[in-house]
Amino acid sequence: MTALAGPAPLPWRRMAWVTWRHHRVALAGVATLLGVLAVYLWVAGLQLHHAYAVATACQPASSVACQNMMENFDGSYSSPAQTIVALLHVVPVLIGAFVGAPVLARELETGTFRYAWTLGFGRWRWTLAKLVPLAIVVAAAAGVFSLLFSWYFQPFFAEGSRIPLDPELFGLRGVAFAAWTLAAFATGALAGMLIRRVVPAIAATLAVYAGLVLTTDLYLQQHYARPVVTSQLNVPADAWIMSQWWTRSGTTVSQGTMNQVIQSTFERIAPVVHSRAQKTRVVTVDLPHYLTQHGYTSWTRYQPGSRFWLFQWIEGGWLLALSVLLIATTVWLVRRRAA
Amino acid sequence: MSMNIIEASGLGKRYGGTWALRDCTLEVPAGHVAALVGPNGAGKSTLLNLAVGLTAPSAGGVTVLGGRPAGSPAALDGIAFVAQDTPLYKNLSAADMMHLTRNLTRHFDQHYAQTRLDELGIPVKRKTGKLSGGQQAQLALTLALARRPRLLVLDEPVAMLDPIARHDFMATVLAAAGTGVAVLLSSHVLTELERVASYLILLSRGQVRLAGTVSDLLASHRQAGLEELALAYLRENTAGVTK
Repeated sequence: MTALAGPAPLPWRRMAWVTWRHHRVALAGVATLLGVLAVYLWVAGLQLHHAYAVATACQPASSVACQNMMENFDGSYSSPAQTIVALLHVVPVLIGAFVGAPVLARELETGTFRYAWTLGFGRWRWTLAKLVPLAIVVAAAAGVFSLLFSWYFQPFFAEGSRIPLDPELFGLRGVAFAAWTLAAFATGALAGMLIRRVVPAIAATLAVYAGLVLTTDLYLQQHYARPVVTSQLNVPADAWIMSQWWTRSGTTVSQGTMNQVIQSTFERIAPVVHSRAQKTRVVTVDLPHYLTQHGYTSWTRYQPGSRFWLFQWIEGGWLLALSVLLIATTVWLVRRRAA
Repeated sequence: MSMNIIEASGLGKRYGGTWALRDCTLEVPAGHVAALVGPNGAGKSTLLNLAVGLTAPSAGGVTVLGGRPAGSPAALDGIAFVAQDTPLYKNLSAADMMHLTRNLTRHFDQHYAQTRLDELGIPVKRKTGKLSGGQQAQLALTLALARRPRLLVLDEPVAMLDPIARHDFMATVLAAAGTGVAVLLSSHVLTELERVASYLILLSRGQVRLAGTVSDLLASHRQAGLEELALAYLRENTAGVTK
């Protein structure tokens, strides 16, 4: 018998009950939060879909009555939708911070790790057996929830008032919502291990998550694929436009100069109409077309709407990789630098 | 069979720039209740945390139960550790704690644990946070002994207990030692060790000052009791350091 070889490790399933017993309250909290929001989305979604169906069924669509109906639909439904969208943006980090941060922070704060980690299951296996199932559960719950959100929001995309890559909605749809929830959870777990106290770890998770979201929105998202640059004036309606500029004989015209050009052109080609109180100009020509016919070229840099799923998988992919890295780091820290 | 329940050589642990424990070389033979004695901050908890593998050494090494690396699965299977202030999951019941412990250990004597808790009158359905300090300590000890360890490690087990709870706790420890379980416990309360300890390790300022069986130490230092011996030695030593 060799003492150093050691016994076979205890089976992983031994941790199932422990993980459930320790985190069932947090998981019930997640279920309640997502459940309440889901019921709201379901009820509001049914009304929204019904109203949209009625508005689109109106014939003839170009009639004033039908136009009014569509405007009424926008007027009465887009504002609650905005509110729910704003609310949903904090859901991933709430789940991540309140489920993820306490996993290690509570053990370290109360000292129970001295009990749990000397029982013979092995402390890094204990950590992995807690983090992985919890991560899968919260990400899956978020994933299912975002399906419901996509259904709820569908009329606004169908109507064309929102583009597929709309940055405000991108993180709530497809695989992104689940991926952000997973990343928040993994951030929480690592923060808990590093900070060792529940409340500061939750606060740190919120801060780091906010930083990650801002960085992604401001610097990363638009670079997931090389943007399309076109000199066509009719950019597709579903394009996510990054920037637009004008050139004349190969050199870029600055925004200031361009404004002057537009102003003077406008004054030159638009006749002044004198009415009783004031004089107004009536534009009879399409100004951009006029300018392109007179030596100017309009350039647009944009991401086509057809790239929605490509962007979703890119964002989901790097967030998954980040989460795996964060969880691996947490497990590694537990393994090598317990108290 | 003779084996050392704990063996340290050149063991040291540094937190930042301060050595909590340094140059610790020890061999505690089996069959003893070994007491780790010293003032607060002497390095007692550090040594115990190293012995159970919760802390990695900054220098040297430590093995337990005849050469098993501290913290290895083989070592943890044979050790039960009751940490300072007996940390239990406060929102779990005693029954939950038993279930948890049984799941995460190789051996767990459910019958012993259940019987013992009944004898002690500890309600198994109540959350451990709602039990008295004495009951919490007894629960932690029961859970530890139900694992049928060969070495029981206790860090300041009775510091927070009232005299009766203290007495009951130590009686349970002694009974376990009587069945052949080696015990390593730390304390800064010397009086309670008098009855139980057969081996003494004296720590101060992160270093081992004295180690040996109580009978040998008393004979060689011509002291009547363990308390006098420890006090005399600590005074002398502190004086020596401050000079």
